Amino acid sequence: MGYQQKFQVWRGDANGGDFAEYDVEVNDGEVVLDVVHRMQATVAPDLAVRWNCKAGKCGSCSAEINGKPRLMCMTRMSTLPPDTTVTITPMRTFPVIRDLVTDVSFNYEKAREVRAFVPPADLAPGEYRMQQVDVERSQEFRKCIECYLCQNTCHVVRDHEENKQSFAGPRFLMRITELDMHPLDAAEQQEGIKRPVVAQNDHGLGFCNITKCCTEVCPEHIHITDNALIPLKERVVDLKFDPLLVRRRKKVRKA
Amino acid sequence: MSEIDNPGSRSSETHTYDVRVIGAGGAGLRAAIEARLAGKKTAIITKSLFGKAHTVMAEGGCAAAMGNVNANDNWQVHFRDTMRGGKFLNNWRMAELHAKEAPDRVWELETYGALFDRTPDGKISQRNFGGHTYPRLAHVGDRTGLEMIRTLQQKVVSLQQEDFAETGDYESRIKVFAECVITDLIKDGDAISGALAYWRESGSHILFEAPAVVLATGGVGKSYIVTSNSWEYTGDGHALAMRAGASLINMEFLQFHPTGMVWPPSVKGILVTESVRGDGGVLRNSEGKRFMFDYIPDVFKDQYATTEDEGDRWYTDPDNNKRPPELLPRDEVARAINSEVKEGRGTEHGGVFLDVSTRLKPDEIIKRLPSMHHQFKELADVDITKEPMEVGPTCHYVMGGVEVDPDSGAASVPGLFAAGECSGGMHGSNRLGGNSLSDLLVFGRRAGAGAVAYIDGLAKRPVLNDTDVKAAEQRSLAPFGDRDGGESPYTLHHDLQAVMNELVGIIRTRSEVAEAVAKIDEIKERAKNVAVVGARAFNPGWHLALDLRNMLMVSEAIAKAALTREESRGGHTRDDHPTMEADWRKMLLVCTEAEDGSVSIQKQDQIPMRSDLMDLFDVDELKKYFTEAELPGGQN
Repeated sequence: MGYQQKFQVWRGDANGGDFAEYDVEVNDGEVVLDVVHRMQATVAPDLAVRWNCKAGKCGSCSAEINGKPRLMCMTRMSTLPPDTTVTITPMRTFPVIRDLVTDVSFNYEKAREVRAFVPPADLAPGEYRMQQVDVERSQEFRKCIECYLCQNTCHVVRDHEENKQSFAGPRFLMRITELDMHPLDAAEQQEGIKRPVVAQNDHGLGFCNITKCCTEVCPEHIHITDNALIPLKERVVDLKFDPLLVRRRKKVRKA
Repeated sequence: MSEIDNPGSRSSETHTYDVRVIGAGGAGLRAAIEARLAGKKTAIITKSLFGKAHTVMAEGGCAAAMGNVNANDNWQVHFRDTMRGGKFLNNWRMAELHAKEAPDRVWELETYGALFDRTPDGKISQRNFGGHTYPRLAHVGDRTGLEMIRTLQQKVVSLQQEDFAETGDYESRIKVFAECVITDLIKDGDAISGALAYWRESGSHILFEAPAVVLATGGVGKSYIVTSNSWEYTGDGHALAMRAGASLINMEFLQFHPTGMVWPPSVKGILVTESVRGDGGVLRNSEGKRFMFDYIPDVFKDQYATTEDEGDRWYTDPDNNKRPPELLPRDEVARAINSEVKEGRGTEHGGVFLDVSTRLKPDEIIKRLPSMHHQFKELADVDITKEPMEVGPTCHYVMGGVEVDPDSGAASVPGLFAAGECSGGMHGSNRLGGNSLSDLLVFGRRAGAGAVAYIDGLAKRPVLNDTDVKAAEQRSLAPFGDRDGGESPYTLHHDLQAVMNELVGIIRTRSEVAEAVAKIDEIKERAKNVAVVGARAFNPGWHLALDLRNMLMVSEAIAKAALTREESRGGHTRDDHPTMEADWRKMLLVCTEAEDGSVSIQKQDQIPMRSDLMDLFDVDELKKYFTEAELPGGQN
């Protein structure tokens, strides 16, 4: 049943901090978040941690456990070696607010820059007809719980603050693919928005060199790279770099 | 996201808005969208990050009589199902509005970009659920709530994009205050004038000046140990409303969802969606018996299969067979499981078996129930395509809430509105699965519109009273005071949860509930001496200490109402009064704050149901619920 486990938890704020060591009881079937709660209730009542559902559905309790980006509520203690110290640190890509809580506002800013779904002007509510096979591609991406582990792990921004301005990150590039694959999105017809082109020009799709780190950390097991990023890049190639189209565009320009 | 205090005459930063929505779940976001669409400057205040609200946890679907799968469905059938599910205690006007408007609210989500599962002819697919006569729940696998919250969230963003195009500022007309907690509502005379809040991040205060408030704070489950609810469910809206002088109704009715996980202990209470049963899952006890056939109550005898064969045939031929009793309303199933376990026919970990592995092919299970498959695999090492799940009741939903005007969501306090789980009446004594997501949309929109109409009719804007603001500020900082040997908020919370779980749980008796009332009083006394360590920045101990005040008030309301209602109905089962009484059906228990800050309970007559709605039922059925005098042709 229960056993004692050594932890080191990063504690501090924007001005700096250090590891605090705790020796805490662990019980059968528990996840890391259970143990963090036990720390709060026993030895560290002001230990800051962000969490909500504790069921892997809300994506709030993202952190790095032994250096790996994980949800604390979905990481079972039994998957960690009991005889070594377990290290818990906040997500590295985002500024620390306090202890395990980071400022993820970067993600909300990026979310706002992606043009939302544009409803088709000629369909009234209730008249939408779509086939299951057609919605399924976007549905995979809508499984995203916005834990931002993919954003945290992506090497384009993980240690490169300077890239944050021009790179939306895997989560929001995937959002663009989702809208591009939406059977009824009318962004192109009504607003002239070619979503893949915008992804390339404004959201830094070109930064992504498909190393699949985002896919590996996704707790929802979404195939971010294979099903969202690569197809989006292929669309960009079609729309922007097709040699025939490029020639025609040049001709038109000359004329 | 971070903001710091503005220096000025007040100690807190102050924001002026027209409509302030507290809570960013389905109801809150829908209310905010409505207010913004009407041109009002709208603030959304949420304890969590934007998009994390409890709505994401809803799994099964959103009930709306669109008739896409079975064309016989319509609002009248949905209305009847809702009233039956709530044992006719429901506010009939709310049930009527809900049944009529739910389809429009679902279709509207598609114009915001939602992608529901489809029927072969391309319409929104609908699934079976407990208590619903026809397949009625619009869904996306078993993650419908996530789809809904993301859709509404993205609609808010799209409105912000419109505002940006026009004003150059995304937040000029609708702004989300994330990780921001309201501690007190402020009034000018009788009317709402604003509210005090604090930023979780910095711990500093923030003041809202706004004449209309929509409460959309969700439920109260965190007062219980075994619950499917997240930490946010501390009854904030319920308590804020009572402290502002509004009333709550139906607080004795709590829904224990029949199927929560029971093992391992750390995940006890996490929800197992009702879709498992809707899609063919069966309940068995440790003897392998499908026990639900023994628990069909008289009032439902005509609507459910009495043999396993008939129940099984229903899945493929619903027009000629009756549904299996696994799909009875939640209160019935939860009580049945509770009895089986109590009588020694439970599983090793104190639950019963829920098995879908013998009924559906593995790839079908993974397709229809992906998050259940994932959840059991990751948290319990159980592969639901191969073996049964162990499940038991978990505190899931509070039917009770702020007493509101059905059409506008207005509470009795001018300027105060409520929608969603924190409002009361719609679901009567028991909510049907799937009726919550539609409730959020229908009444979220109505409360938003109600707030807009209220502001448009105001002669002058209520004014913030500095004395009340100061008092509220001091109250929120009290746990930091010099309290030697003060109580730990974690211990107090744990003690409260134990009392509620053990004494005001799924089965209640007078002596135990009376004991709970006394114990809640003791904890209230101890809570006056709650002490926290550390500073104000993101301090979870302090946050819990403030949430406790709300949890205690709401728990007191639940316990006192449960003590008063001497019958068993829906989510309130009294061992010492085991039958349903028609005299109690027409009675609501109203909770208000007394002079001394405690909760007082008054009885109030229900408004008689409109006759054209009465006519939707057979008199023989009505006789099971209504008094002679209330029946058509009765002396009323």
